[in-house]
Amino acid sequence: MAESIKDKVAIVGMGCVKFGENWEQSAEDMMIDAAYEAYEDAGIEPKDIQAAWFGSTQIGQGEPLATALKFDYIPVTRVENLCATATDAFRNACFAVASGMYDVVMALGCEKLKDTGRGGLGGGGGGGAPGSALMVPAGGPFHYFSRMANRYMEHYGWRYEEFKPILAKIAVKNHYNGSLNPKAHFQRPITEEQAINAPMMAWPLGLYDCCGVSDGAAAAIITRADIAKNFRDDYVLVKGLGLAVGARQGYLQQSYDMVHMEETVRAAQQAYAQAGIKDPYKEIDLAEVHDCFTITELVIMEDLGFAPRGRAPEYVKEGRFNLDGDLAVNPDGGLKSFGHPIGASGLRMLYEVYKQMQGKAGPRQRKNPTLGLTHNFGLNPGSGVASVCILGQRD
Amino acid sequence: MVGIVSYGAYVPLRRLGRGTQGWRAPNEKAVAYYDEDSLTMAVAAAIDCVGDIDRRTIDGLYFASTTSPYKEKLAATTTASAVDLRSDILTMDVADTLRSGTGALRMAADTIKAGSARLLLVTASDCRLAPPRSEMDQTFGDGAAAFLIGDTNVAATIEASYSFSNELLDMWRSNTSRYVHTWEDRWVYEEGYFKVLPPVIAEFLKRCGLTTQDITKFIFYGPNPRRHGEMAQKLGLKPPQIQDPLFSKMGDTGAAFVPMLLVAALEEAKPGDKLLCASYGDGADVLLLRVTDQITKVKPKRGMKVHLASKMIVPSYEQYLGFHHQPMGNEEGGGGPSASAIAREREAIYPLHGTKCRVCGTVQYPPQRVCTNCRAKDNFDYYRLSDKKAKVFTRVLDYAAPVPAYDSPSVDMMIDWECGGRGNFEMTDKRINDPRTDLPIGMEVEMTFRKLRVGGGIHHYWWKCMPLRESWLEKEEK
Repeated sequence: MAESIKDKVAIVGMGCVKFGENWEQSAEDMMIDAAYEAYEDAGIEPKDIQAAWFGSTQIGQGEPLATALKFDYIPVTRVENLCATATDAFRNACFAVASGMYDVVMALGCEKLKDTGRGGLGGGGGGGAPGSALMVPAGGPFHYFSRMANRYMEHYGWRYEEFKPILAKIAVKNHYNGSLNPKAHFQRPITEEQAINAPMMAWPLGLYDCCGVSDGAAAAIITRADIAKNFRDDYVLVKGLGLAVGARQGYLQQSYDMVHMEETVRAAQQAYAQAGIKDPYKEIDLAEVHDCFTITELVIMEDLGFAPRGRAPEYVKEGRFNLDGDLAVNPDGGLKSFGHPIGASGLRMLYEVYKQMQGKAGPRQRKNPTLGLTHNFGLNPGSGVASVCILGQRD
Repeated sequence: MVGIVSYGAYVPLRRLGRGTQGWRAPNEKAVAYYDEDSLTMAVAAAIDCVGDIDRRTIDGLYFASTTSPYKEKLAATTTASAVDLRSDILTMDVADTLRSGTGALRMAADTIKAGSARLLLVTASDCRLAPPRSEMDQTFGDGAAAFLIGDTNVAATIEASYSFSNELLDMWRSNTSRYVHTWEDRWVYEEGYFKVLPPVIAEFLKRCGLTTQDITKFIFYGPNPRRHGEMAQKLGLKPPQIQDPLFSKMGDTGAAFVPMLLVAALEEAKPGDKLLCASYGDGADVLLLRVTDQITKVKPKRGMKVHLASKMIVPSYEQYLGFHHQPMGNEEGGGGPSASAIAREREAIYPLHGTKCRVCGTVQYPPQRVCTNCRAKDNFDYYRLSDKKAKVFTRVLDYAAPVPAYDSPSVDMMIDWECGGRGNFEMTDKRINDPRTDLPIGMEVEMTFRKLRVGGGIHHYWWKCMPLRESWLEKEEK
């Protein structure tokens, strides 16, 4: 039987830049700012880092991180795993520490998306055509989730007029949370009417059902749990690390229902088993989940076991996932407020959970949270990657 | 005796006609959409023609057109691949003249007679361009016909044929021109059409030992209704002997015109009927067909009838110029698809082959070496999906896609084939007014071979899905 990661590894410092259209900052600038905030938070010197894992989808090597931070010939590994890139960098860093090979390592995610001269994440149109090496499923990200939204409505019998306000509530909630967060890209609350009446992107998803695109970076300093107290008292423990990758079952098999993300379900199973979580809705205080689209957050609530199948809309309507609800979802504002610099998002989520566990989340602070979760989902339901991390307060 | 074993046709869905703003001609004409060309229309007609006949028994394909997508490269091989014919077959393009359709029919009959093949597919398709708002643009239409030629189970025997070669620059297009050119029309008709066709037909009938009265239907080329009518007079035909030239419904479809009219004639033909087919262009081809008892057993799936009756009226002439006349992207420029990748994936691209696992029977697309269900490795048969119906499982209505307004929202469908297997395809020939109710999940769709894009000098084809053609039968009447 494989061992669990639970309580073997601790986070002793984190940093996160303000996300946004950081025209004045290069990728290296953001790496430096995130890393030095983390150094200071952990009370360490740059030379204390023994190895680093660098998450980015666009920057293809570890070398830019070593150069930005002037590492002294230490190992740097670049990790890419779609939207779970930063989380996977963190995960691999945790495993390296747990192995006993290193005492202090860094995981850093960074993405500079706003130098391309175009909005959006690209993709869309033209994809899916054979004659590319792999016949990648067609369309850009909003195609993937518009497919799921259309199917969800059909599957559970939702009419547009009733379903759209549910999606709008998710957007309103996340933008409200983001308005309390000085590091968010968008810090303006929106109204349900604005969300409902925004221009249509891919039916039923309008502009406010989609997350923005931005630049960002975030970093974590990770040590073995048994030496964490040498750095600080309020270190945060890793309780579970799950990762699951689909094999295009959603595209190849008629039995795939497209109203859930099996990758999320499986990654959560792994992480819950490691953390010993039985009833996630009751046990988890807050969750940073991958709200790339409002429909994604809705379905994630069911995939993570926060709501029974088909009942997430009802839970959303009841406000159970609001900042003051039973289980705060995206208390920092989520991708909706931060945008999605792909290789940085997972560590940005961990940053919020880390601060919440330490009671340092300012106006967004939950009351005595003990367990928090982060979740990412990349690419298509049934042909994607999902990661789930559980962090907890020290005893 | 050699003849037509089976026949089929394709008429594009879109028509200019009453209801098309800015269209002043009295007739309707059929026009190819931006993702259609002579090759895609040939594929559609060929599939309409072959029906349930085992495609592996077909020994070759002749592709006839004046508008092949390539100057060097066969359209016949692409067409044959899309129709899923064998590889050890005869493929050839017959090109460059309005007679190419009838010429290909003659050549196919001779090939069968010579014993070089037992069953041959002939496609005739055209998609000619005339300058916008020109007289020719009022008449030029797009379409295709297809015939299976063989010597058993023949529905119409090819009794005799005759050709006449005449060097004349009455209508032409040089290898660098986009548009068809023509000399002054009085000269074109007086010194060309009317001077050539009547004596050729007379000579042919004489050689056959027949008179005009012996022929049930005359199927002949005409550039427009007026000239076609004058020709009927000159030939001394009685009205029932004249095959409706369908100018009012589809226009002059070039090399496909006479073949399409032949399909229309065969749809109405009775055993014993004698049909005379005459094409015109750089001379003339004439064929005599005799309809057999077999005709009652051969019916194309849609033929001319259903294809003509199912249509979408293009709202404006401007829109037509957008999808029909504008080049599809930078044809010569870079950014084209990869020829080597296309070749590698040809099973998936042209015949729309998925794989069917020999162990668990799961159908999957695109082809998978390791089964998605039971993980059996390299243990599958290719399985054709192009002729299978499917239902929409879920959909994408993309209002933000960078497509021309006439094609927005761009629609992507995740479909489940009735035979198993799931695919994700763009939807074409669709119309959407209310996203809540139009193109719903669960609707039936069929596959259609279309052009995705042009780039780097490569025409890139794949399949799309579309609402069943029959679903358009009554829409325009409402």
